[in-house]
Amino acid sequence: MNFAKFFLSTLLILNANFCAYSIEKDPEQKGGIKDEIKEYIAHHLKDSHSFGVASYTKENGEKVYIEIPLPVILYDNGFKFFMSSDFKHGKKTVSKNENYYRLYYHKNKIYKTDNQGTFIYDDSNKLINEKPIDFSITKNVVVMIFTAAFMLWLFISLARSYKSNNGVSKGMGRFFEPIVLYVRDEIAKPNIGKNYKKYMSFLLTIFFFVLFLNLLGLTPIGINVTGNIAVTFSLAILTFIITNITANKNYWAHIFWMPGVPKPIRLILAPIELLGLFIKPLTLMIRLYANMQGGHIVLMSIIGLMFIFYNWIGSSLSLVLAFLLMIIELFVALLQAYIFTILSALYFGFANEEHEH
Amino acid sequence: MEKLLEEFSIGLFFWHSLIFLSLIFLLKKFAWKPILDTINDREEGIKDALKSAEKAKEEMQSLRADNEEIMKKARVERDSILKEARDLKKTIISESKDEAKIEAEKIIQSANEAIRNEKNAAVSEIKKQVAGLSIEIAEKLLNEKLSDNEKQMKIVDELLKDVKLK
Repeated sequence: MNFAKFFLSTLLILNANFCAYSIEKDPEQKGGIKDEIKEYIAHHLKDSHSFGVASYTKENGEKVYIEIPLPVILYDNGFKFFMSSDFKHGKKTVSKNENYYRLYYHKNKIYKTDNQGTFIYDDSNKLINEKPIDFSITKNVVVMIFTAAFMLWLFISLARSYKSNNGVSKGMGRFFEPIVLYVRDEIAKPNIGKNYKKYMSFLLTIFFFVLFLNLLGLTPIGINVTGNIAVTFSLAILTFIITNITANKNYWAHIFWMPGVPKPIRLILAPIELLGLFIKPLTLMIRLYANMQGGHIVLMSIIGLMFIFYNWIGSSLSLVLAFLLMIIELFVALLQAYIFTILSALYFGFANEEHEH
Repeated sequence: MEKLLEEFSIGLFFWHSLIFLSLIFLLKKFAWKPILDTINDREEGIKDALKSAEKAKEEMQSLRADNEEIMKKARVERDSILKEARDLKKTIISESKDEAKIEAEKIIQSANEAIRNEKNAAVSEIKKQVAGLSIEIAEKLLNEKLSDNEKQMKIVDELLKDVKLK
């Protein structure tokens, strides 16, 4: 019940927020609006070094950003710390020990520059400035920490409620207990088999982590954590590592020396199977990334359409469309978490299969 | 592909891996293990309860069967007891009838005997009286009509005519 309310309010705020986004825009400049929307979408999809709340343009054309600065951590012959507000949205260079750094705002990348902050391009118009290794606590990192903390609170309180209430769950955990059971009975048990217990922690954590991040991605704060290739790569590589570490002899035999087929075919099958080993997590990574990224692009484009039409028929039509799409996106958020978990479970199942030949 | 590589951020990868792994570790220790254990215990409890309920049902059934057996036995016993009692009644009645018959016969016999004795006594009494009477008659005859022989004889005859031996 609480969740339904939460979703509903999220939807409403989302629409309100995007409206607020473009009230600042001048309706005379129609061509400009398209580019601006494109820019907004591209910027939203990317990670950010500061937590943006809102931005508007002053009458004199100056853009004002309301945002929470986040710590920047760079590794460039030793760690360097400063706040992201020092960049002034890429307008200023930051100097640390005779080194100058500048933020390329739309790409959200930090480059090493000279003291003037010049970006150097090569012939094919590519930036060739040196990049320090960026370990900044970006917006996505903040959201992940928040999600992790939320999950810890949620599930530890669920675990505690069992103790205080004689083995019966209580409070908000009650909503999640059936989902935990579902992950165990419908995802882990049928796909992994009898060894399912050692994978439960990973499967449960990945399911709820991806689910909450997907859902947070639909809130108007403009978060796109699971639509980020580094995040999905990290998730997929964990599945890959766990699959191969826990694999039994059978699994390796089926990859390198397939039993039950003629020997020359085994030689052909081995490289194919080996390739499959890497393709499996790769598809996991791309699937989640592309689904979340794609969903965000389509949803935001349709919301952007409202301001391109700028009349009550077109705008209200795209409002309805955006509303329907939002409902689909909510489903996709759940579906992708489910797919990621069930495929991970399936791969663990392959690694644990016992064959009787 | 190139765009993807450009988008890839080592920092984000690092932080995500760190956060996610520690999340798995912490949740495993403080949440998943107790939650799954409790759910498991609960399921086992339900299974046990169902099993014991089934057992109780079976016990009930066997008890019922036992009861029926006992009832049947009791009925048979009752029947046999009743039959015995009936037989006993019959024998008692017939025995007492026999006894009564014997007793009655005895009584009748003794009564007969008494009657016979009485009769004998009475006969002897009568005989005695007849003898007395005879003597009296003889006396009278002797006293009054001894003179007339003819008359005497006539009287004797008349008297004797009256006397009848029983």
